[in-house]
Amino acid sequence: MRRALARNSWTLGLAGLLAALLVATKIIQPNFGVSGLDSLARAALPFALATLGMAVVVIAGGIDLSLAAMMAVTSVTAAVLMQGASDGQALAVVILVLMLGAAMGALNGALIVVTRVPDIVVTLSMLFVWQGVALLILYAPGGAAAPWLRALIVGGVSLPGLPGGLTAWLPKGVVVLLACLAVVWLPIHRSRLGLRFYAIGSHPLAAFRSGVPVGRTRIAAYAVCGLFAALGGLSVTLSTGIGEPIPGPYLMASVAAVVLGGVVLGGGRGGLIGPILAVFVLRLVRMDLTLMAVDPNVTTIVEGTIMVVVVMFGAVLAARGRRQ
Amino acid sequence: MTDARDPLPLASRAARILRERPMLPLILLLAGLVGLLEIMQPGIVNERWLGNTVKFAIPLAMIAACQTLTMLTGGIDLSAGSVATISAFVMATLVPLVGVPQAILIALACALVAGLINGFGVAIARVHPLIMTLGTGLIGIGCLLVYQRYVIATGTKVPDFLVWLGTGRSWGLPNGLALFLPFAALVIWGQNRTGFGRLLYALGSNEPAARLSGVRGWQVYLALYAGSGFIAGLTGLLYIGLVRTPSLSLALPLDLPSVAAAVIGGTSIFGGRGGYGGTIVGALILTIMATMLTLLSIPEGGRRILFGLIILAVTALYVQFTDRT
Repeated sequence: MRRALARNSWTLGLAGLLAALLVATKIIQPNFGVSGLDSLARAALPFALATLGMAVVVIAGGIDLSLAAMMAVTSVTAAVLMQGASDGQALAVVILVLMLGAAMGALNGALIVVTRVPDIVVTLSMLFVWQGVALLILYAPGGAAAPWLRALIVGGVSLPGLPGGLTAWLPKGVVVLLACLAVVWLPIHRSRLGLRFYAIGSHPLAAFRSGVPVGRTRIAAYAVCGLFAALGGLSVTLSTGIGEPIPGPYLMASVAAVVLGGVVLGGGRGGLIGPILAVFVLRLVRMDLTLMAVDPNVTTIVEGTIMVVVVMFGAVLAARGRRQ
Repeated sequence: MTDARDPLPLASRAARILRERPMLPLILLLAGLVGLLEIMQPGIVNERWLGNTVKFAIPLAMIAACQTLTMLTGGIDLSAGSVATISAFVMATLVPLVGVPQAILIALACALVAGLINGFGVAIARVHPLIMTLGTGLIGIGCLLVYQRYVIATGTKVPDFLVWLGTGRSWGLPNGLALFLPFAALVIWGQNRTGFGRLLYALGSNEPAARLSGVRGWQVYLALYAGSGFIAGLTGLLYIGLVRTPSLSLALPLDLPSVAAAVIGGTSIFGGRGGYGGTIVGALILTIMATMLTLLSIPEGGRRILFGLIILAVTALYVQFTDRT
């Protein structure tokens, strides 16, 4: 019990921080309640999905700078295809977009493995390529999202047979996020593949010598990242109702949340719960600043500064860990 | 060296040419592109076209100096476009308030501060330069948005001599050369003939070795990124003279081509190899390619895809050629 506590101390600390921030929010804005939680969850959903993707790649010892651009590509693809589509067609679009995301991620990974160019350079070039693709698909924000899909992430949960008051406080955004985590990450984490991600992240050579197909595992990690990016892009389209070809601020935010969530840049350590908590902490800080009527542009600066400081701090920690 | 008797003589010979005379294939490529352009649109290549190409290549080449110098140490400066925009916007909005010389000094000071922040992150906190400069760029643009609120009523003015420098021409040559030629000479002299330049190459090719031979890495990085910010600020001032309308996204479109120009020019993104001479040719190549893409009416998206693929392909080729030792 104590060992489990010690091992998860970082995550528990984050959970404590999140709880403290929620209490602070309630003090700042006394009528913060169900609708506040819902808007928080909706705002955090794309960030959380982007962070999950980034966390998987970072655990496997890489980084994906093209993440936000991939989200833009999937967002506009979904918005363009869903315009005027029936409900059934919209479902097909969702599946198609998810496959597209995984394929884009796999392409990133394959380019890294085949060209042997460092991941940071490959994904930087692919960042530009995916940006261009998004602009080719849709030059200005537009398109549409299927209403039933939008209803999937907006509002509180209502289960048949249970009184509404019991479940209405739980935002659907959180449920969708947990569902994505359970459907995509849990099977991987439980299987050999998840172990291999950690193996190539902590020591690629040792992993190779113990029979891990390093190249294929790396491609798989990037494909999972692409899948999460597609989910993130879909959630952008669903929460705004349109496709947005210009990548949002998800790249820096996801790197910061990954570092704050206890995943070490360089790979091999950390989980996915910490980064998710970190996303909510960062979003809640932004929300509190907005509630305190701080100029939104100043909020952006404060947020950016927090992120850079977090990443700096993480880099210092990583360097210290290497020296020991 | 058994490299010469390699089973792939063509590739290895190409590799040797690339290694020993990096400028040769570049200049051939440049000439080929000019020829192709003349075939695509006969009569386009004339004195006026040459002046225009050089005029647009100058800001690109200057901002690519930031990338070249930082890439020599294995870094990169993705905040260069934002810093140039900040310096240009701050200068243009302050001129009606405080006068031209003060406005320019303040603008360059802003650029220097941004560079120092980058330097602090890279040199002392040891953040990867890519992430650090990306973050600084985003924060900088955020600050600019806030700043814009307070000066929205003052109006903007671009000083006449900057317009002269950016758009004017004398004897058929763009006036920008008056700034660019001394600048390029200074950068090339600095990288080849000064101790600081050698330190950049030393840190880029083998950082631990440089450290063990007594190089204080953090001082070099701090000075390098501060200098890079300053160059970006200077470019912003020149670029606003060329564009003449200050905006919040003025020089941001230069970010990607500046990386591409340095990479095409033979500067290795991993550090320790390359130089500013190649970058200038790279900037010319990219400007001509941009003209071609406009002639073919390729949309902005296609242009980004192409530039991204160029960076990737050149780097991959470079890795293939140099990994074989």
